[in-house]
Amino acid sequence: MANPFQFVGRITLGLFAEIGRLAVFAGRVKGAAFTPRWYGGEILRQMVRIGFYSLPVVGLSAVFIGAALALNIYEGGSRYGAEQFVPNIVVLGISRELGAVITGLMLAGRVSAGIAAEIGAMRVTEQIDALETLSASRYRYLYAPRFLAAVFTLPLLVVAANIIGVMGGWLVSVYGLGFDSTVYLRNTIDFVTRDDILVGLIKAVLFGAIIAIMGCYQGDRSQAGATGVGRAATLSMVGAAVLVLAFNYVLSTLFVEIGL
Amino acid sequence: MSGPLLKLEGVEKSFGTKQVLRGVDLDVAPGQSLVVIGGSGSGKSVMLKNALGLMTPDKGKIFFDGEDVTKATGKAREKMRARIGMLFQSGALFDSLTVWENVAFRLINAEGTKRKDAKERAIATLKKVRLGSDVANLYPAEISGGMQKRVSLARSIISEPDLIFFDEPTTGLDPITADAINDLIVEMVRGLGAAAVSITHDMASARKIADEIAMLFEGKIIWRGPASAVYDSGNAYVDQFVNGRAEGPIQPAI
Repeated sequence: MANPFQFVGRITLGLFAEIGRLAVFAGRVKGAAFTPRWYGGEILRQMVRIGFYSLPVVGLSAVFIGAALALNIYEGGSRYGAEQFVPNIVVLGISRELGAVITGLMLAGRVSAGIAAEIGAMRVTEQIDALETLSASRYRYLYAPRFLAAVFTLPLLVVAANIIGVMGGWLVSVYGLGFDSTVYLRNTIDFVTRDDILVGLIKAVLFGAIIAIMGCYQGDRSQAGATGVGRAATLSMVGAAVLVLAFNYVLSTLFVEIGL
Repeated sequence: MSGPLLKLEGVEKSFGTKQVLRGVDLDVAPGQSLVVIGGSGSGKSVMLKNALGLMTPDKGKIFFDGEDVTKATGKAREKMRARIGMLFQSGALFDSLTVWENVAFRLINAEGTKRKDAKERAIATLKKVRLGSDVANLYPAEISGGMQKRVSLARSIISEPDLIFFDEPTTGLDPITADAINDLIVEMVRGLGAAAVSITHDMASARKIADEIAMLFEGKIIWRGPASAVYDSGNAYVDQFVNGRAEGPIQPAI
């Protein structure tokens, strides 16, 4: 029978080794992203793939979350006669938390898994070896453009998610709950602060980095065969989603502490 | 230059407890075409990846043009790779780039050639491997396996390297296309005056493209001689392999 201490020790060492490998990989990607040479065409192509093509899924998710949020706040608020706070709480919840989290989670599925599958397929078909033999670093040609594209486009997507999410709440409130459209929008604009928007944008930058690095890391480590590539995509999606939620909590705590 | 262009000295490589290379000694002179034969799992691809710097040997040394490149990194590694071409077994063409962009990849991304000039050179190189300019703007998925090998060959020779590696160049091709690829390899290597190291288990291909043949077995070179002597080597392992017999000292990999 296996010694339980050995089992726990092996798991712990394995976890630390994985964290170490991921940290070294992230350091290399960051180093390649912020020093020349840059592949401008690749960065632009990835910005379109990661940013522009994610707009529909982010927009659809945001509108439904905003709508559901408004309904629930109305339901809860009506127990205390506080229904009028629906626009305030919707815009606060979306701009500080949900806009960034929804975008992060959707892109963990759409983008991180996609990157892992693409790079994994390149690994098993020797395209990454071919890159290296053609004197192009995979960190500079493949990973840095994806990292930069995700870090720059996630904040833009979060701005879109915030606007669409608020509009989801507005739709339900005006057409389902009897709010006056002008009053709802006025309350929303008057209540939200620059700091609320900034909180969401800072989170978006970090989530972008997490999503790109997890996709590239799992793709780079992909094992041969369809199973290996599939596993890389799954691990990257799960890892990115968990890290997005964990760092969202850490950042929320930090922002509350510093009064942002 | 008098010494070998590429030299492997006692190269060993293991993966976990499995030792794949057990002290490979090999050298290739400038302009020489060496074919390394060996069965599946004999370590041919691992040897080639070590020579290319895609893997680092556990023991032993690798010299390129007299310089120790065993653990070369950065500029030293790039300097070596600028003089080397490689044709991968699968072709390894980049799916997201067109045929001409694949062929001109090194020119655009490593040598800083302008795209217009790079495209002209890519089309000229495609012509050398008997492909017309009509395929230049297609994607790899839109052309046949034989054409993909030709494109990959064009990519490996466009910078006029001093040494070209060929990893199973005829695998997956019908005999006629395979023979055409062999002819092209001989023509390109001779035309450039480059050295070539090919790994294969296709004896028809080996006979056609080799000046010398070496056999890798259980991670070591067990025989080397002129291509014309491979069927008269006096080595039981080589005899069994080149004649494709199941009976003999080598156990089939099943």
